[in-house]
Amino acid sequence: MKGESGSAPHDELAIDPEMVAAMCRSFITSHVASTGAERVLLGLSGGIDSALVAYLTAAAIGADRLVAVLMPTAGSSPSSRADAEAIVNDLSCQSELISIEAPLAALIANLPAGESVTPLRRGNMAARLRMTTLYDRSALHRGVVVGTGNKSEMLIGYSTIFGDAASAFNPIGDLYKTQVRELSRHLGVPTQIIEKAPSADLWPGQTDEGEGGFDYPTLDRVLYRIVDRRLPLEDVIAEGFDREFVLRVSEMIRRSEFKRQMPPIAKVGGRSSGSDYLYPRRRPKLD
Amino acid sequence: MRRRLLALAQIAPALGDLAQNFALHQAKIAEARAAGADLVIFPELGLTGYQLQDLAPEVAMRRTDPRLQALARLTSGGPSAVVSFVESTDDHRLFAAAALLEGGEVRHVARKCFLPTYGLFDERRFLAAGDAIRATRAALGGSAVQGDVGIGIGVCEDFWHPTLPSILAQDGAELLINVAAGPARGASVDADQGLGSAASWGTLLRATAALTTSYVAFTNRVGVDESLIFWGGSRVIGPDGVVLAEAPLFEEALLLAEIDLDEVARARTALPLLRDERLELTRREYDRIIATRAGLEEA
Repeated sequence: MKGESGSAPHDELAIDPEMVAAMCRSFITSHVASTGAERVLLGLSGGIDSALVAYLTAAAIGADRLVAVLMPTAGSSPSSRADAEAIVNDLSCQSELISIEAPLAALIANLPAGESVTPLRRGNMAARLRMTTLYDRSALHRGVVVGTGNKSEMLIGYSTIFGDAASAFNPIGDLYKTQVRELSRHLGVPTQIIEKAPSADLWPGQTDEGEGGFDYPTLDRVLYRIVDRRLPLEDVIAEGFDREFVLRVSEMIRRSEFKRQMPPIAKVGGRSSGSDYLYPRRRPKLD
Repeated sequence: MRRRLLALAQIAPALGDLAQNFALHQAKIAEARAAGADLVIFPELGLTGYQLQDLAPEVAMRRTDPRLQALARLTSGGPSAVVSFVESTDDHRLFAAAALLEGGEVRHVARKCFLPTYGLFDERRFLAAGDAIRATRAALGGSAVQGDVGIGIGVCEDFWHPTLPSILAQDGAELLINVAAGPARGASVDADQGLGSAASWGTLLRATAALTTSYVAFTNRVGVDESLIFWGGSRVIGPDGVVLAEAPLFEEALLLAEIDLDEVARARTALPLLRDERLELTRREYDRIIATRAGLEEA
């Protein structure tokens, strides 16, 4: 095994970025073609995931067919906005700034009197308002919405179902955060975006790693063992990973299975969507 | 010298779109003819797309289908072609089939015998497995003086069961053709070419050529069906296991490679593995294992 005798530990998540970029470009090109869409819309937060998808999409179909939609709230950090604008400038793609603060405030003001909203609920509301905005803009632009969730956050359930998890297709959903970083470096995503702490940007100073109590490189190595290699938890722990952490990760995966699937439809009739009515998403007209 | 020019059509079929895929095949046959090819090989389910699910019966064709016959007529002036489609039969079964079109006709059909139904694959749910492993003779543009070429066709997973290419070689194949719809997976710098599936196929194909002392022509598709990204990397390997020509990953290509079938004779003289194979021993041991598993014989 590589790395055993060397000083640097073997990086089992290392990818050939040129090859993975080619895969992602092929995936985007094909799905855009099969939908017949003229443009691709993407919620650009200023974070690394949406930045990477923006660069991949521009490389696949041309920046002139990419519409980056910036959808801050009052709590979003100004530096996120600046980073998003830096990407728009670098790619020379079309962009729209649509604050979701007013609809978010309206949703909250509309709640029963005296009801307070937890940061989690507020975050989910914001994610779903962004989804609503993106899908509406996609109708206007005759476009499709591209997803930007990565494998790490989707596996631990760090995403909002029907919110940021909603898309027509997702080119980076099988890449761990560590791999997202590697690919982003290769594609020339601005360094400050790659190096800043990942954040849902729900309140000032919030970071994924601070809030979740993990660091992505370790999380990814644990996820890789549990998910890709199907190792028993005890084997993962025996490799030296913290027991409590491994058990917690396993629980997060278990509890979020529903977020990674379409809702089940009660099977009543003879042939039912999702069970035994199984067609490709885009079905050609046959003679 | 029994030379033949092969053209491997590494195409990206459109899922379920027969009209578009037939047009693509016609264009590639014309391109191969212009390049002077004797045989053009298309990937698995190139006429229909791979991830068909419930579309499979809707795009299925008899081997007498007029559209297939029209495609076959394009081969009357060469090159011959291997094309792949969903074959329906009189008893209403569906097969992943690969047909040799030559001299204007459908000359031979190989049905996929091993249908992967595990992990990301779900083929057995929609298709029936073939029941025959047969080599055939083909002119491949050669004259009567030059003689025919023994060919054997397998469909993708078929080569992961080494009995299949081994039987094809014993049955007279000098050129083993694999038509594939191989999805990319296992991206890692640890794998050859950065891709686990490319690395494992690379090993398998070289070993298959060397162990059968045959040419191997592997045509894998590119493009995307739903979540699957097909990796391409089509290649031709000599009877010594050396890669002679290789197409890029993920890009459409028409890979040309000249082979000399006399090399097969020389390889088999130098390394008479096929001659020394013990078919009766293999059969006896398989018979014993089958009987034991069925409880007909003591373990």
